[in-house]
Amino acid sequence: MGSTNSTLLKIPNVEVLMQETGFSPAHIIRLHDRFKALDKEGRGHLCPHDFGAIKELAMNPIGDRIIGAFFSPGKETVDFHTFVKILAHFRPVDKDRPKEPNSPEPINSRSNKLKFAFQLYDQDKDGKISRDELLQVLRAMLGMQVTDEQLESIADRTIQEADLDRDDTISFEEFRKACKHKRFTMFRFCIRPGERKLMLTLCHWSSELQDQHEL
Amino acid sequence: MRGLSLLLFITVANEATTDLSVTGASVPPELEVSAAPAGTSPVASRYVPEEYGHPGIAQARSAEEPAAPSTEDGESSHQHGGGGYRIVQWEWSYVQTPYIIASWLLVASVAKILFHFSQRFTTAVPESCMLILLGLVLGAVVLIASKKQPYQLDPGLFFLFLLPTIVGDAGYFMPARLFFDNLGAILMYAVVGTLWNAFCTGFCLYGVKMAGVIDEKVNAGLMDFLLFGALISAVDPVAVIAVFEEVHVNETLFIIVFGESLLNDAVTVVLYKVYISFVEVGPGNVYTADYFKGIASFLIVSIGGTLVGLIFAIILAFVTRFTKNVRIIEPLFIFLLVYLAYLTAELFSLSAILSMTFCGIGCNKYVEANISQKSRTTVKYTMKTLASIAETIIFIFLGISAVDKSKWAWDTGLVVSTLIFILVFRAVGVAGQTWFLNWFRLVPLEKIDQVVMSYGGLRGAVAFALVVLLDKEHVKAKDYFVATTIVVVFFTVMFQGLTIKPLVKWLKVPRSTNRKPTINEEIHERAFDHILTAVEDIAGLNGYHHWRDKWEQFDKNYLSKLLLRKSVYHKSELWEAYQKINIRDAISVIDQGGNVLTSARLSLPSMASRTSFPEVTNVTNYLRENGSGVCLDLQVIDTVPGAKIEEDLETHHVLVENLYKPRRQYQSHYSRHFMTVGEKERQDREVFQRNMHNRLESFKSTRYKRHKKDRSQKKRKGSDAKEQDTSDKPRRNVSWQDKDPVVVPMAPEEDKHDPPEPDKDDDVGITFVARKAPETPKERPKSVPAALDGCQSPVAAPPSPTCGEKNLPWKSGMGSLPPCVSVEATKIIPIDLQQAWDQSISSLESLASPPEPQHPRVSAVSSLGGPVWTPAKGKSGAGSGSNTGSPSSLQFKFPTGKEDEEEGTLSQRQQEMQALMSSLRQPPPPATQSAGKRRNPCVYLRSLVTVPPSGAEPQSRKPTQL
Repeated sequence: MGSTNSTLLKIPNVEVLMQETGFSPAHIIRLHDRFKALDKEGRGHLCPHDFGAIKELAMNPIGDRIIGAFFSPGKETVDFHTFVKILAHFRPVDKDRPKEPNSPEPINSRSNKLKFAFQLYDQDKDGKISRDELLQVLRAMLGMQVTDEQLESIADRTIQEADLDRDDTISFEEFRKACKHKRFTMFRFCIRPGERKLMLTLCHWSSELQDQHEL
Repeated sequence: MRGLSLLLFITVANEATTDLSVTGASVPPELEVSAAPAGTSPVASRYVPEEYGHPGIAQARSAEEPAAPSTEDGESSHQHGGGGYRIVQWEWSYVQTPYIIASWLLVASVAKILFHFSQRFTTAVPESCMLILLGLVLGAVVLIASKKQPYQLDPGLFFLFLLPTIVGDAGYFMPARLFFDNLGAILMYAVVGTLWNAFCTGFCLYGVKMAGVIDEKVNAGLMDFLLFGALISAVDPVAVIAVFEEVHVNETLFIIVFGESLLNDAVTVVLYKVYISFVEVGPGNVYTADYFKGIASFLIVSIGGTLVGLIFAIILAFVTRFTKNVRIIEPLFIFLLVYLAYLTAELFSLSAILSMTFCGIGCNKYVEANISQKSRTTVKYTMKTLASIAETIIFIFLGISAVDKSKWAWDTGLVVSTLIFILVFRAVGVAGQTWFLNWFRLVPLEKIDQVVMSYGGLRGAVAFALVVLLDKEHVKAKDYFVATTIVVVFFTVMFQGLTIKPLVKWLKVPRSTNRKPTINEEIHERAFDHILTAVEDIAGLNGYHHWRDKWEQFDKNYLSKLLLRKSVYHKSELWEAYQKINIRDAISVIDQGGNVLTSARLSLPSMASRTSFPEVTNVTNYLRENGSGVCLDLQVIDTVPGAKIEEDLETHHVLVENLYKPRRQYQSHYSRHFMTVGEKERQDREVFQRNMHNRLESFKSTRYKRHKKDRSQKKRKGSDAKEQDTSDKPRRNVSWQDKDPVVVPMAPEEDKHDPPEPDKDDDVGITFVARKAPETPKERPKSVPAALDGCQSPVAAPPSPTCGEKNLPWKSGMGSLPPCVSVEATKIIPIDLQQAWDQSISSLESLASPPEPQHPRVSAVSSLGGPVWTPAKGKSGAGSGSNTGSPSSLQFKFPTGKEDEEEGTLSQRQQEMQALMSSLRQPPPPATQSAGKRRNPCVYLRSLVTVPPSGAEPQSRKPTQL
């Protein structure tokens, strides 16, 4: 445990971070190791090209967008706190979190998860997924197998289906409604008893009933 | 023998198209001799006793109707027998086996019908319970009648024929993603859980025996009890499917229990075999090495079975790549290869269930993509039918087998303690494993889930068949084990099956919902997968998504390339999903269309609502309003057709369009290799065409108006005529437009358009006023055909043909489907719908082309149309034809006037015949029309061509007055 504490001490404001994100000390250390591994030059922050060095990510069709999601507008770097906070979106929803009306919504709430996904579509940050934005995502995910016309008809169809107020864009509310039945996968960090090794497992679709509780 | 014929029978019954020939071919030549004439020759009758029960003969005859006709046949046609001529002959021995099998199937099927008569009854009592009870009753009847029990659930029959049908169905239709998402839990329960149950039950039973609870007569040692524990501990797939399918628990819970029941087969098989061998050599001769052999055997059996299944899956997928020209036997390949996967695994004494399950899971994706839609349906229904009937037989025979008291011996201590141990260890095992699994699961399995899982651990026919297979030489207590197994099976299937439904309700276990994913969900699901993979990469963890992604890359780059047809490979999955959703919508639109047309609710539009939503005649909006959301592909509209004009094409078109097709057309053509288009489908297509046509008709007119406003003044006449064409069915257009209070986003000049419906109402309302207007006669020639048209098709009045329709490449004909689906991005995929779509689309396309160049065609149409519509008035028709063809008629100075007169009288007669319809159809004066009227350019065009100069009007007006 000594090493745990010493590592933790090296991270500034670790208490606040843990409280905000809900990560356990072991999680934080695990992520800190990863952060340092990514930060090859030891500057204490990550640049887009650090992410670009991850080989698998380069093969991800929407990898660029996800990297982009780590960087707030106008900033070229991401520090450890932001890094952890972004990843905290992917923690599982705390089932038995105390219902305090005053406490801010946790990062890993379903709503925030959806917001994270939403902003990957909404690149111009106007709160709406326009047809062009959707087309870009579709183009990225579908590759060259599909013609432009097919792509556009899919996009039209998608917008039409989700668009409730008929403005030909998908707002966040509409996005959320469209995903209402979608069981949402997110990660779970967990530690095997007696082991320091952090395991990230895929966790399963939450059932629809639980989703509704969540909402 | 019975088993073989049963299989063949089932095959025959379900693949009636192919198998008669197949069976015929498989029968050796000399047997065919005996089969074919069925006793017309003495040779045949001599053969009969020898070949009695030969599957080839029997099947072919029992295929359609359970053996009855064939008996009839044999009786009536038999000429030689004994010493003299006998008209009828009793040939029971000849048909016995298939006859009995068919009778059993019939009894089972009828029993199913009876159970489902009462809805309340079936919701409370699972079918499996009823079938077992029925089996008990039948068994008792047979026992009383014949003093012995000839029918038993024969293990050979069960493992070779009944079980594969159920497992094949389960494996092929296994939701693959759900299965692999929960694979960890499933494997855990299947392997660890089953081992736990087997060992605990075995040891504890032995302990109880030592304690003296079990009677001394039960002559069994530790190995016997372990063996018994192994066979009794496995959750049974048949029972689980039968019970859980009716309970509808949520899919995660279902897949875990169901997956466990399939995958535990390897454990059961190995344990069973290992113990059998141990029992046979005697406990004293078992060495430590044998235990390791057992473990190795487990690995080989499970992994080997899986591999065999996957190999067959690849073969199957690869074969279906090349079945394009033999579509009719596509389903057969699937059944055969999946079944061969099972048999091959059995051949090498590997786990056959595992093999079949993985074959089904593995091939499903590729096979479904390769085979045709019809084959897909065939496979689905055949598999379901087979599985259902096999399940029925299994449960009935379980009941029947239980009656035979000579086969079993009762010991209360053994039965009760077995029951208790099974329930307790199942519950404890589930709780323990779930506790462990929940460390790794995002959504932990809740207490209620665990209760349902424990309670859903049903035992069934597998256990029974295994226990019957025991050798009494070695396992002395076999009879006691049989009795105990029967009780356990009955208890779990009947008592637990009966109570699990109320339990699930009472515990409020989340139920499954039967929604289909929307296109949004399809897209977002894929996007989320990508996101999660990326985040795993960023966080530096090789999690599930990482590997899933790797697998998908591999699948895309190698497997799919190898196993999918080229045409299929280049389609994106998302696009496929999109198309599927569109087909669904198209079908629902047809359904809705039917409703819209007939429902009075929608027939009377309220003016207020329409005026507040000025302009709406977009099919897309209509559909969106209805929540179905097919979207029109406007791009297709923009592509201009190669405007080659041929008169016969138009003629054909007009005929096809306006002649109401006879509903019944019997197809005398028969082909074994190609399915003909069914009557139903043709009618569907027709309905679809008409519905879509009408909608697009109005859509087109508004668009036309929007884009060619300068011509709007001239077009009015046309539009009016069009309105009247459809005015005998005013509801059709009105109703669906009424459903469209949506602003078309691309119509900025909305304010200039009046809503179409009020105009139409006006038209109808002021019909009589309209006749006095000077231009009325102009409309006469058009309105008459229209009226006739309307009267010929009372169900759905087709609008008069539009210019665009005349352009259609319709020569290919309505009757036959085009051989291929259109390549490009059209919305609705099935061929028949596709055709209708093309038709509608090209009618829209016509809007872009100016009306003038189309005049000759139009005139030709009207001239040709005349005789068709009014065959009695050949002269007038000819007159109009000559008139339009050469404006200067020989007979009259004013040919136009003459024609008008004739047309007028014609129309008058028509109106007399059907005053109501034609009065509605009378064209109103253009003066009363408002600028925003909906108009049919085509009719307008026709009027331009056929209508005489205005000078002739006064002449023709009078005769047309009623």
